[in-house]
Amino acid sequence: MAEAADFILEQSPGGDGIIRFSGRLAIANVSNLDERLRALGEPVKQIDLSSIDHIDTVGAWLVYRTAKEHDAEIIGADNDAKRLIEAVSGVDESDPVKRVTPSSLNRFLAEIGHGVAIAFSTLLDFLGFVGQVVKAGFVLMLNPSRFRWHAVVQHFDMVGVRALGIVGLMSFLIGIVIAQQGAVQLRQFGAEVFTINLIGRLTFRELGILMTAIMVAGRSGSAFAAQIGTMKITEEIDAMRTIGVVPAEALVVPRVIATVIMMPLLGIYASLMAIIGGGLLCWIVLEIPPSTFVQRLREVTPMTDFWIGLIKAPVFGAIIAMAGCFQGMQVQGNSEQVGLKTTAAVVQAIFLVIVLDAFFAVFFSSIGWD
Amino acid sequence: MAEPCIISVRGLTNRFGDQVVHQDLDLDVRRGEILGVVGGSGTGKSVLMRSIIGLQQPDAGEIRVFDEGMVGKEEDEATDVRRRWGVLFQGGALFSTLTVAENVQVPLREFYPDFSSQMLDEIARYKIHLSGLPAEAAHKFPSELSGGMRKRAGLARALAMDPELLFLDEPTAGLDPIGAANFDNLTRNLKETLGLTVFLITHDLDTLYAICDRVAVLADHKVIAIGPIEDLLATDHPWIKEYFSGPRGRAARRGHAKKTENSVVDKQLQGRP
Repeated sequence: MAEAADFILEQSPGGDGIIRFSGRLAIANVSNLDERLRALGEPVKQIDLSSIDHIDTVGAWLVYRTAKEHDAEIIGADNDAKRLIEAVSGVDESDPVKRVTPSSLNRFLAEIGHGVAIAFSTLLDFLGFVGQVVKAGFVLMLNPSRFRWHAVVQHFDMVGVRALGIVGLMSFLIGIVIAQQGAVQLRQFGAEVFTINLIGRLTFRELGILMTAIMVAGRSGSAFAAQIGTMKITEEIDAMRTIGVVPAEALVVPRVIATVIMMPLLGIYASLMAIIGGGLLCWIVLEIPPSTFVQRLREVTPMTDFWIGLIKAPVFGAIIAMAGCFQGMQVQGNSEQVGLKTTAAVVQAIFLVIVLDAFFAVFFSSIGWD
Repeated sequence: MAEPCIISVRGLTNRFGDQVVHQDLDLDVRRGEILGVVGGSGTGKSVLMRSIIGLQQPDAGEIRVFDEGMVGKEEDEATDVRRRWGVLFQGGALFSTLTVAENVQVPLREFYPDFSSQMLDEIARYKIHLSGLPAEAAHKFPSELSGGMRKRAGLARALAMDPELLFLDEPTAGLDPIGAANFDNLTRNLKETLGLTVFLITHDLDTLYAICDRVAVLADHKVIAIGPIEDLLATDHPWIKEYFSGPRGRAARRGHAKKTENSVVDKQLQGRP
């Protein structure tokens, strides 16, 4: 039944060209006709459809286009063909189907400019957002009855308790890696025992908190952005505003407080797990018994290291929670934005945490806590 | 014709856990008709459509489309049937990262990779024209279109392959009355022009009166009645009575009666004894 569509070009006695179509002029059968019709050089006066079996809109379009190009007359069309040709005619061909895109150099420069402008406006918006949250925090302090304890406790669970497993496992493994690498390098100088210094100081001062911050940013910062972003799309935030609930008070402050409180706790826990991991490796590989390990650890790790970690943790927590909530609030329009902003929240949070960590490192060294 | 029934469903049963959606459901869709499917919320209109187009595997029963069994077919099977139908989902379901024209071209590129890009552009352009969108909509992204335009763009994509069978899931939901009436006219015109068979899920009584040749009513897990609206009005099932004779049903009927009085020729009523 599927006879391929075809056409022949005949010359009438008067010297005018006639295209005679045959077969099924349907989408499945016309692929090679397109180029051949386009390549026709000779003038065509008539297009004969009397011997076709079937026609659909693609066939009708080919006939219509050819007729229009050559200013030819369509003859022998049955009712179906006439109807379809009528339907596809009248298309506005002036408008481009494809989006007009500027040259790649222009686009490159425009993207740089756009990126810089976005970076600055995001920074400004973020500062404004932080201000809003701080203000909401003060308002809540003056009106403690409006404070949402329930939400805070729920976020304790989400941010803190449920992160224990993954943060613990990750820190334990990092402790092992530090100890193992330290042991290999220090053995070259016969100074394996300094592995304990490495573990103790690195985990409390830097890695315990930093890795926890990265983990919390990935787990909770992204969740905050996605939750708030989705609420933005479903107009829940707008509904809150019309009822008179301030979103910063109801959504942001509980998340920030929960993360600020949970981060130091998770950080200490992570440091302990890393030390257990490192101690285990020291025991097995370097044959340092746990009692010696603990004793040496207490000698070489100053209390200031512990305080440094404890000071940094809530700051990181605040940054992570605010970045997540801020990006969630930036969602506009469609669900694709939720994904984009969630990614942005994690990237922004980790970036800010690492920048701040560098500042802290310089600061604590210069006040003599080294 | 060798296949007077384009879709035939026999003994369809669908269950979600304990909840029975369909039980021994039978339905025929004839060539060249617009079949409206109505039913209260949760009676499984969309599930029925999803079963027919193979997105939902039924628990029992037989579904034949173009005389080919569809039950148990994988996504890459029955492509010959798939290229003969077009589906318009409720929200349009346009691919959000592609422009409207590219959306229309997706099925064409999939099935006919040897079409030149010039031809693809031309096809996209006239399909967009057919579905009643302005030409400049072609290079817009779905997020830049209004709800009604998105539905038309979805229709343009559903029509891309020159289907014989069109599935429309609540095409007028969320449109203003003028937009809905335009969409009804468009559906009717396309059906006449392209010779389509249309399977139409709707809640819109005006649509039912304006364009449907037959209406199937879903209730009690099956099709409880099917036929032209006039016949349905004569049945005494309580739900049908309430549906068509409630205030909205009566208003739609009056509106339709007025329109037919005004129009000189209405084949739909004249052709009926």
